[in-house]
Amino acid sequence: MLNISGLNSGVVIDHIKAGRGMDIYSYLELDKYDNSVAIIKNAKSSKMGKKDIIKIEGIPDFIDLNLVSVICDSVTINIIRGGVIIEKKEPSLPEQVTGIFRCKNPRCITSIEQDLPHSFRLTNPHTRTYRCIYCEQEWSRA
Amino acid sequence: MKHLLSPLDLSVEETGQILSLAEEMIKAPDRFRSVCQGKKLATLFYEPSTRTRLSFEAAMLNLGGSILGFSSADSSSAAKGESVADTIRVISSYADICAMRHPKEGAPMVAAQYASIPVINAGDGGHNHPTQTLTDLLTIQSLKGRLSHLTIGLCGDLKFGRTVHSLIHALVRYEGIHFIMISPEELRLPSYIKKEVLEPAGTPYQELTSLEDAMPKLDVLYMTRVQRERFFNEEDYIRLKDTYILDKQKLSGAKDDMLILHPLPRVNEIASEVDSDPRAVYFKQAEYGVYVRMALIMTLLGLQAPEAQF
Ligand SMILES: [Zn+2]
Repeated sequence: MLNISGLNSGVVIDHIKAGRGMDIYSYLELDKYDNSVAIIKNAKSSKMGKKDIIKIEGIPDFIDLNLVSVICDSVTINIIRGGVIIEKKEPSLPEQVTGIFRCKNPRCITSIEQDLPHSFRLTNPHTRTYRCIYCEQEWSRA
Repeated sequence: MKHLLSPLDLSVEETGQILSLAEEMIKAPDRFRSVCQGKKLATLFYEPSTRTRLSFEAAMLNLGGSILGFSSADSSSAAKGESVADTIRVISSYADICAMRHPKEGAPMVAAQYASIPVINAGDGGHNHPTQTLTDLLTIQSLKGRLSHLTIGLCGDLKFGRTVHSLIHALVRYEGIHFIMISPEELRLPSYIKKEVLEPAGTPYQELTSLEDAMPKLDVLYMTRVQRERFFNEEDYIRLKDTYILDKQKLSGAKDDMLILHPLPRVNEIASEVDSDPRAVYFKQAEYGVYVRMALIMTLLGLQAPEAQF
């Protein structure tokens, strides 16, 4: 049972692969969020052995929770109101992700043109492959 | 607005239409000599590629159009730090269509996003070079009469050879294609092409290290250059570059109607004694490159072929 103690209204991102919690925190830019955010590392999980959990107070409107699934496929998202889970979602993979990840291909046009938005398109939902819309290099989660 | 950024931007049907138009042009080039009168092609070459640029320019001139452009980054506004997006917005008001060569992958895609004229990718780094692929397809189509039921040998640098990768992408869409990959171990076709292109299409392929063993089976032999800049050290390059030189001796096992293609320029991978062999069609291929670019320019500009005069 997910422990949501101390959270009256907010979001719990659960079943994050152990070690990916900080990545999700930074991709969602939670450092810019004023309310309290807790990252729990290496929590015990019957399903996963170890997992990370992020608890966010309130529901930040600037983040796209679907992005979480791009980074880590095991996550579940729980929306909490009045101290109870009112919704559990399995986030779906967005078709295109712009301005979140950077293309790491040194031969890509984005490597020399600083103003271009880095954008990735979902090219294979089964393998959860995203490719840079410019150079088509695969975005790697590592 | 239609652009050509990747060979796969064109469906099999659209590819067929461009190749048919190019074949009409080969038969009666005069009929097309003023189709593009009053139209301008901008050749935006951020890195020099004289062969490709001249091929585009010849194509537009053959159609009665005019050309403008630059042939290297240091002679262009890019040297002053102008973005591709800004350059193309300006060029869009000077020309009706453009061909862009850029050392960085995806640059023509950026141009297409900001252009109000059709953008043709004339090569973006190791990524795409769709007009080379169309040239290869036209050469096979017009000299073999078909793009299906062919055994195609790909020889040389299959690891880094962009033209080979694009040709595979384009040809797996036709029926009865069989590839024979001929390369040293070090320069074999990358596994992602096998997994993502050949296997899903169900296209059979073999990998051989001997050109002589492959030769008797081939309808088309596509030779490529082993580029010095692909190697980390000089010894590897020297050891491998001469491994797959095509000469009269190796050609003796080939079918009488096999075609020898090469994207040019060659260094020494085809001995000059082969040039006079009727199967050597690489210079014809370069000529066909102009026709296919003519057909492409007309198509992207939405121009109709003039009625045949009898
Ligand atoms: Zn890229």
